[in-house]
Amino acid sequence: MTGTLLAALARLLSGASVRWIGCQPDTCQRVYFANHTSHLDAIVLWSALPPALRTLTRPVAAKDYWEKGAVRRFMARTFNALLIDRTDIKVHQSPVDMMLREIGDRQSLIVFPEGGRNTGSEIGEFKSGLYYLAKKRPDLELVPVHIDNLNRVLPRGEFLPVPLLSLVTFGPPMWLEAGEPKVEFLNRSREAVRRLKDL
Amino acid sequence: MPDVKTLSLVGGVLALLIGATTIGRRLKYQSDVGLNPAVVEAFNLRIRAWWLMCTVLAAAFLLGNASFIATVVLFGLISFWALREFITLTPTRLGDHRALSWVFFIFTPLQYFLVGMGTRSYGLFSVLIPVYAFLFIPARVALSGDYKRFLERTAKIQAGLMVCVYCLSYAPALLSLSIPNYEGQNPRLLFFFVLVVQLGDVLQYAWGKLLGKHLIAPAISPNRTWEGFFGGVASATLIGTALWWATPFEPWEAAGMSLVICVMGFAGGMTMSAIKRDRGVKDYGTLVAGHGGVLDRIDSICFAAPVFYHLTRYFFVLTEL
Repeated sequence: MTGTLLAALARLLSGASVRWIGCQPDTCQRVYFANHTSHLDAIVLWSALPPALRTLTRPVAAKDYWEKGAVRRFMARTFNALLIDRTDIKVHQSPVDMMLREIGDRQSLIVFPEGGRNTGSEIGEFKSGLYYLAKKRPDLELVPVHIDNLNRVLPRGEFLPVPLLSLVTFGPPMWLEAGEPKVEFLNRSREAVRRLKDL
Repeated sequence: MPDVKTLSLVGGVLALLIGATTIGRRLKYQSDVGLNPAVVEAFNLRIRAWWLMCTVLAAAFLLGNASFIATVVLFGLISFWALREFITLTPTRLGDHRALSWVFFIFTPLQYFLVGMGTRSYGLFSVLIPVYAFLFIPARVALSGDYKRFLERTAKIQAGLMVCVYCLSYAPALLSLSIPNYEGQNPRLLFFFVLVVQLGDVLQYAWGKLLGKHLIAPAISPNRTWEGFFGGVASATLIGTALWWATPFEPWEAAGMSLVICVMGFAGGMTMSAIKRDRGVKDYGTLVAGHGGVLDRIDSICFAAPVFYHLTRYFFVLTEL
């Protein structure tokens, strides 16, 4: 209930219209990976999914940001965030293992492989997490998502949004090819997100 | 309670819409007419927008005593959405963010709040944006410390606020004009205004398609021709004149008003097209896939409303001094 409300609010505020190009909403296990430009990205992408998928999909977000203050904690719980502690990463407790353990064989993930929010108009280099997710669970569908204009709705360091219109585009799923080197795969996935901007 | 005049006005519009819808359907399912399917599709989309507009207007009128407030709120929401479209397609910089927050959350609601207070706040709502907001915006942008293309950026925000909020807010403000011997009949004035603007639009389009040869400004609009302009303005003015009984005007006054409304509507359409060309988009709704934006539907109303309001107020409302 609160989830539906939060999603409606996020959609209203971000004026997000949603396009599915070469991809349909599905309950199969997926990793949605998107460009990261605003704190709203995780909520808006999650809200862009049909209600039935929302309960199955968990945005991966930074613990230090989303555990600060009661409002953020409440929101993070509502949209079912999977919080990762960026300061406490150990070899035997890598974020990728934790994500895979959490989703089991039912849930999907939303990740932002750039790591931090990106201020420029270009999409930053992808971190390797996406590659290891794909390598350890080759059955997961990797769905590129491009989020447009949300950085203007709530830019870095601002607390009051400006309700402009934004656009969320889901692209055709991809997988890690057999024997594909890490760098090549990461470039290919980044290109998959970037390409959606011009469609 | 709606009277005979209002009913005949609404009935006429309803008949017109039903007629247009029937023609649109016919054209859609008869491929042998030889018309471009894209044109037919655009025609049908336009009719659907009118149905929506009329239904909403009618609902706002039928709310009785609450109708004034309902109409103001309705136009306020339209302004809000149009401003979203305008600013979305206008590049702004990070330094404009706070100024934009003010524009969306303070000035827009305040303008409509003042319009909703009725004619007694005229002295404030008629200057809120051109005086207070227009001075505030550049100052707030300057405070952010980013001077790159300063004048251009502030002008963009001001233009958006002017067209989408200030100008449009004069349409519901028509309802609170106190015109002698026309008390309680103002909804008809608003209806007359919207009808003449829309007819001006569509008749210019129709005349242009039928006879159009000489383009006015091909780089800005490939559809607008001098033939369309003169034919459309003349025929919409004629219809407006024939509707004088619904207004506080004499027939010749209704003719003059209709002429001004149509010419201003044309000016609005041209201006907004020029902005769209500059931004390289066809519709303000491009980001909202599939259909034209709200701003594409109201551009002519935005330009015509303040002029119609002020002419009516100047010539037909008794003001002290």
